[in-house]
Amino acid sequence: MSETAKSLAFHGAVVALLVALHFALPAYHHGNLARIMVLAVYAMGFNVLFGYSGLLSLGHAMFFAAGMYGLGLPMQHLGLAAAPALLCGVLAALALGAAVGFLALRTTGVAFMIVTLMFSQAVFLTILYFGEYTRGDEGFVIAQASRAIAGVDLSDSANRYFAALAIFAVGLAVTLRLIHTPFGRVLIAIRENEERTRMLGYDVFAHKLGAVVASAALSGLSGAAYALLFGYAGATFASVQYSIFPLLWVLLGGAGTIIGPFIGTVFMFYLIDISSGLTSAYMLIAGAVLVALTLFARQGLVGELRRRVMPWLP
Amino acid sequence: MPRSRKSPILATRRTVLKSVAAGAGLAAMPGFVRYAQAQSSAPIKIGFQVHRTGIGAAYGRWYDRTTTAAVKLINDAGGINGRPVEIIAEDDGTDPKRGAEVVEKFASQHNCDVGYGTLFSHVVMGSAPRAGEIKLPYFVVSEGHHVASGALNRYTLQPGITDVKSQVKSMAPFVMGNLGKKVTMIFPDYAFGHDHRDFFSAAVEANGGQVIEKIAIPPTETSFTKYFPKIPRETEVIYHVMVGPAVLTFVKEMGEFYGPNKPQIFGFIDSLEAVDLNSPGLEFLDGTYFWEGMPRYTQADQNDYDKHYRAAVGVDDNGASVSDPKDVSTFAHMFGCWETLYVIKAGMEAAGYQGPQDRAKLIEAIEAMTDMPHSNEHPQGAKKFNGRTHQVFGPQYISKVEGGKLVVQHTTAIEDGFYPDETDYTTQSF
Amino acid sequence: MDFGPYLFLASLEGAVTAAVLALTAVGLSLVFGVMRVVNVAHGEFFMLGAVVAWWVASYAGGHPAIGFALALLIAPIVTGAVAAVADFLVLKRLDYDPERTIVATIGLLYIIQQTVLMTYGPEARPVEAPFNVRIYFPWFGYSTYKFFVIGAAVAILLGVWLLMTRTRFGLVMRATQLDRETALAFAIPVDRVYALVFGLGAALAALAAVLIVPIQQAHYLMGGDPLLLSFIVVIIGGLGSLAGTIVAAVLVGMSDGIISVFFSPTLAKIIATLLVALVLVFRPQGLFGKRAL
Repeated sequence: MSETAKSLAFHGAVVALLVALHFALPAYHHGNLARIMVLAVYAMGFNVLFGYSGLLSLGHAMFFAAGMYGLGLPMQHLGLAAAPALLCGVLAALALGAAVGFLALRTTGVAFMIVTLMFSQAVFLTILYFGEYTRGDEGFVIAQASRAIAGVDLSDSANRYFAALAIFAVGLAVTLRLIHTPFGRVLIAIRENEERTRMLGYDVFAHKLGAVVASAALSGLSGAAYALLFGYAGATFASVQYSIFPLLWVLLGGAGTIIGPFIGTVFMFYLIDISSGLTSAYMLIAGAVLVALTLFARQGLVGELRRRVMPWLP
Repeated sequence: MPRSRKSPILATRRTVLKSVAAGAGLAAMPGFVRYAQAQSSAPIKIGFQVHRTGIGAAYGRWYDRTTTAAVKLINDAGGINGRPVEIIAEDDGTDPKRGAEVVEKFASQHNCDVGYGTLFSHVVMGSAPRAGEIKLPYFVVSEGHHVASGALNRYTLQPGITDVKSQVKSMAPFVMGNLGKKVTMIFPDYAFGHDHRDFFSAAVEANGGQVIEKIAIPPTETSFTKYFPKIPRETEVIYHVMVGPAVLTFVKEMGEFYGPNKPQIFGFIDSLEAVDLNSPGLEFLDGTYFWEGMPRYTQADQNDYDKHYRAAVGVDDNGASVSDPKDVSTFAHMFGCWETLYVIKAGMEAAGYQGPQDRAKLIEAIEAMTDMPHSNEHPQGAKKFNGRTHQVFGPQYISKVEGGKLVVQHTTAIEDGFYPDETDYTTQSF
Repeated sequence: MDFGPYLFLASLEGAVTAAVLALTAVGLSLVFGVMRVVNVAHGEFFMLGAVVAWWVASYAGGHPAIGFALALLIAPIVTGAVAAVADFLVLKRLDYDPERTIVATIGLLYIIQQTVLMTYGPEARPVEAPFNVRIYFPWFGYSTYKFFVIGAAVAILLGVWLLMTRTRFGLVMRATQLDRETALAFAIPVDRVYALVFGLGAALAALAAVLIVPIQQAHYLMGGDPLLLSFIVVIIGGLGSLAGTIVAAVLVGMSDGIISVFFSPTLAKIIATLLVALVLVFRPQGLFGKRAL
């Protein structure tokens, strides 16, 4: 088998496995997996920028929140239906991505981290400032009756699971396709050596801007889907903490791998969930595991897998 | 417990025995054996969503202690419907995402009968939709107006603590009548603060006063002095309500700013919850007023219910832990846990609650409740429950700082906090 | 209040913020400059300093000044030691790889927070100021201790400057910062220098915390803000430039105070935040940096 075929077969198998798990998992883990799949799209969006383009943003929560409020506010105040609202959420994140990218990409490295962090903080405060519409930190509940697309009730657990899976599959397909396009290859070239790419005649700024926009759109899709499937939008999701999460998930799973963000999200979720069952000091365990992982799995879980067993993994 | 309490429990035990006997008949049929056995003696599981970490941790610790104390008493007195109560506590990190996950965990992993105990309103908002979808009765102890506003669902109730709208409404006449008519409000730029702003402004105007300035403090702020000059000079009363770890700084800096020439000050005790009133720098508070959900310091006319409650939870006359006088409780809020647990108990007994299949019956039984007398079960005061809005109403206390203690000046009537219904949850289907 | 006195008060407040921020940020700047790593746990070292100060002050007894003075001595030493051990056990083994250091220090952050939560508890606890005299301007009262904070911060920063420019250790540090390989070739024990720098950075954060804890309280989540702010200040000042860091701290602290005069509080925060972002957008190397980052 060629590497492309292997990779297609592998990721197809992952999706098939997730379909099968719908029938096998007990209710609790079934619900968890739906949530993890949605959040994994956020991590994938982050990975497009960080893993494949080499740009570390510390403000991705603003894109997640743009998706969340882009969907939530029109549903809440204008009575927009779920399907167009979902599109609205993605577009909001896309637009924010374009604006932030245009400004922030004048910087690189650590300054880029700070600029994205600051923009994200401004978005967070703006959500609080317009508390009249957003209900600030408390947020608002999206009415159960309105959470349906084409007559499918998304608050039902089976429907929710397959909606989450569909969005996850979209994220997977988009990122998988992206890295094989000429555009994606230029991004990887920028990650490896920006100067050389520039000298080869590529418009580095335009490509990076494209990466920011794509990354923001995926993150926004995740945020909008989260609000739609779980019925809540709140400012907490725009806080610094939620900018750090995708970084953690991606680094744990393996930056610059297609499936890594998902694995990292699963790992982190169950790390917290299981250790909080064992002890109230679960943060201690989580902290120790993070340190241990950086010491012993340098390229993240999937990165290690690729290094040792499956060198063809994209 | 007084002896008179025992008879209804025995009676309920008898009804339980009867239903167990009926179950035994069913159990003869194939497929029902394990079910009947599980129902007879298995504990009633109450999922406790607790803020162990994150910004709400100081509250969470005392919510935990109050819960433990109430459950011990309930179990010593025979449990609920003859079954012991078991608390399954899960930390939500004071985070709405984790909160929703914890609610799911209660329902499908721990097989809890009900969920209970959330304080911070963003966690309530994040969790309640999930509780409604998986049909888990969800009892919050949050003070928020979210339940009564109609934003939540039939499965979410707040039967143990009053909401901010009714608190503020019943307080306003006292402030207008005794402290002054021109008010400056200082509050966090949170939904919680906005509720205070909107409801109190309305109540002030209804009482012939005027809010002349509203200062919303951003939640990440750690120093406050620079905002005090925004307080207009003609201010007669400063109304303050702050939350979070920076509250003490806020109150101290207000004291430094004003010195002895201060206007009247009326605060929500949230600004000093879990903080020792005798901390250095707080001397200037002497003579100022506070709203209290329940009087932190033992009052001269202490009743037996208050005494019983303090002894059980382990709180001394100053509202601090009996084992560490420096460990000040969240006294104005945590009674809500105690009262909510007793409401759950009363509701389950009235509904003849046997297991998750009776969850709707439990909700209906609680919706049917009205008067809750001042008692060991309701030590904060008598309550009236509104089944349509799922919100309880009760008395509020206004205290003055005198010699480093809070002394109650005025107790509002339950009716002072009434406002027209904004929703009717009983029209929603289960 | 009239405009003049208001501006005066806001400037005073800004100066206090700037003083504490400068100390914390210089600690981060040292680590950043010499070791080229982003220490996400820097705010936790700040918090640790405040918590240790509370322990020391509550066990010292007597006049509050005794406890405070002891805390000024003990808190930085304890915190610095914790940091040096963390460097030795973890960061060194990561070869200071930038990305993995971020994850590892996030891990450290969790560990320190949870340990403090379990031992110290979730409450915000005050430390009494060494002296508590208020002065009354015609328009408002102000705590004299806040002036002390400004003075003490300036004195400590002078000390750091002397350390960097007049001592052998400072020379070694600057050499390591300029060129790690060459420093190794000249038999400078880079490993030990790194551990010392990491400890020194943490100790400076702890000192800042001891100074602020009589004004704010020690709380296990207090490290978030100082981390973000000092991070910003280091970048705006220009990477590796201690003088730039201090100027940036003054700018950020003062503008935070003064912008609050003109806008409603949350709007002022939004504007201040966007200003920081825009400064970097239009001057990516920072105000005093010589090269792009």
